[in-house]
Amino acid sequence: MPKITYIEHDGATHTVEGEAGATVMETALRNGIASIVAECGGGCTCATCLVHVDDAWSPIVGPPSAEEEDMLDSAFEVKPTSRLSCQIKVTDALDGLIVRTPAYQGR
Amino acid sequence: MLQKTDQLLGTETMSEEINTDVLIIGAGPVGLFAVFELGLLDIKAHLVDILDKVGGQCAELYPEKPIFDIPAIPRINGKELCDALIEQIKPFKPSFHLGEMVTTIENIGDPLFRVTTDAGKVFLSKAVVIAAGGGSFQPKRPPIQGIEPYEEKSVFYAVRKMDAFRGKNLLIVGGGDSALDWTLNLQPLARRLTLVHRRDEFRAAPDSVNKMRALVSSGAMDLKIGQVTALKGENGQLTAATIKGSDGALSTVACDAMLPFFGLTMKLGPVANWSIKLENDLIPVSTATFETNVPGIFAVGDINTYPGKLKLILSGFHEAALMAQKAHHYVHPEKRLVFQYTTSSTSLQKKLGVA
Repeated sequence: MPKITYIEHDGATHTVEGEAGATVMETALRNGIASIVAECGGGCTCATCLVHVDDAWSPIVGPPSAEEEDMLDSAFEVKPTSRLSCQIKVTDALDGLIVRTPAYQGR
Repeated sequence: MLQKTDQLLGTETMSEEINTDVLIIGAGPVGLFAVFELGLLDIKAHLVDILDKVGGQCAELYPEKPIFDIPAIPRINGKELCDALIEQIKPFKPSFHLGEMVTTIENIGDPLFRVTTDAGKVFLSKAVVIAAGGGSFQPKRPPIQGIEPYEEKSVFYAVRKMDAFRGKNLLIVGGGDSALDWTLNLQPLARRLTLVHRRDEFRAAPDSVNKMRALVSSGAMDLKIGQVTALKGENGQLTAATIKGSDGALSTVACDAMLPFFGLTMKLGPVANWSIKLENDLIPVSTATFETNVPGIFAVGDINTYPGKLKLILSGFHEAALMAQKAHHYVHPEKRLVFQYTTSSTSLQKKLGVA
């Protein structure tokens, strides 16, 4: 099972097992990571599951779709490596993935 | 997006008190179905919703996402579900008050409630049904350090009076229709208007984007690509904003007012001020009647809580049916309630216009 590491703004680090086919957002919710909100439940319509993908992983995860890029307009502190975690599917190729969550999310 | 329902079913715009049997707060799927269950029991309803359209989360968050767990409907999307509910409740002629937020509920009778909205409407209602889902949809607030003192003084999330911005140096932030529409509407009034967006692409209507770009080309306004990172000013009065460009370079824009448009998020909102018992921002209810700790005030759908609660649309539908039985007791205390089926009751079929 691919391992995913979530690093919160205060440095709190959670390494959890992901299930191939689930999203990085769903994996966070199942593991109680509070800085992933996912108000819309994974519909790419709320931008409350923002993550900054680790620089080394960003090319492997890839860029957002046009729809997701539009939705990123409703997020804050967006970086070139930012993604909505509901739009990243966990695969074996992402084993070891590191993402960081913004301070403002989930407060 | 859903068609605005006030055009379909009629909206009341009286300034005097509006008398109703029941006032429903929230016009999402559960609030809509509550109209049906109440209607079968001869109970009239008005609905208030903060969104400018009916459907709640189904309309705002997932109009095109399929839902797979509505009984007997293998697959339906949020918009289709709400359209079907609006069709289903048409015989009961509900009145919608959209784009308004209920601010206060006052218990003035036994029970009788005086309910006011932020638009100044006043309802007198024999019962109140809170079907507010995840709370009210409110504008997202940028997480800029120290923004709070500026809010409602020089940082605004909505435009109430355009004239308030006449002669001002105005900063509008965002790339959607709200940001672009207000840019075009306020540019002629403003002393100088700057639009700030994180990328040089806009999801707003292409026509608005073209008009904005023409204004920029002619020198009538400014466009800056970047994100606002800091505000400057004193006593809530903005004087400048710091903008971080996509290359990381910082620049400063002088401004008297800022309008950020980053979409909506769900907040509990005024429910917390209504003297109803809350538990972790949810409203505990009896599972026999879906009544809150205040007699005559009910809560159905995602906003309520009870042992075993599931936040499912189908659960909300069930809750609405049971709520209506108890609401009947308050609205028609003199009438005996006889349980009937829509399949066989001539009386119910008459109400539905099919007998």
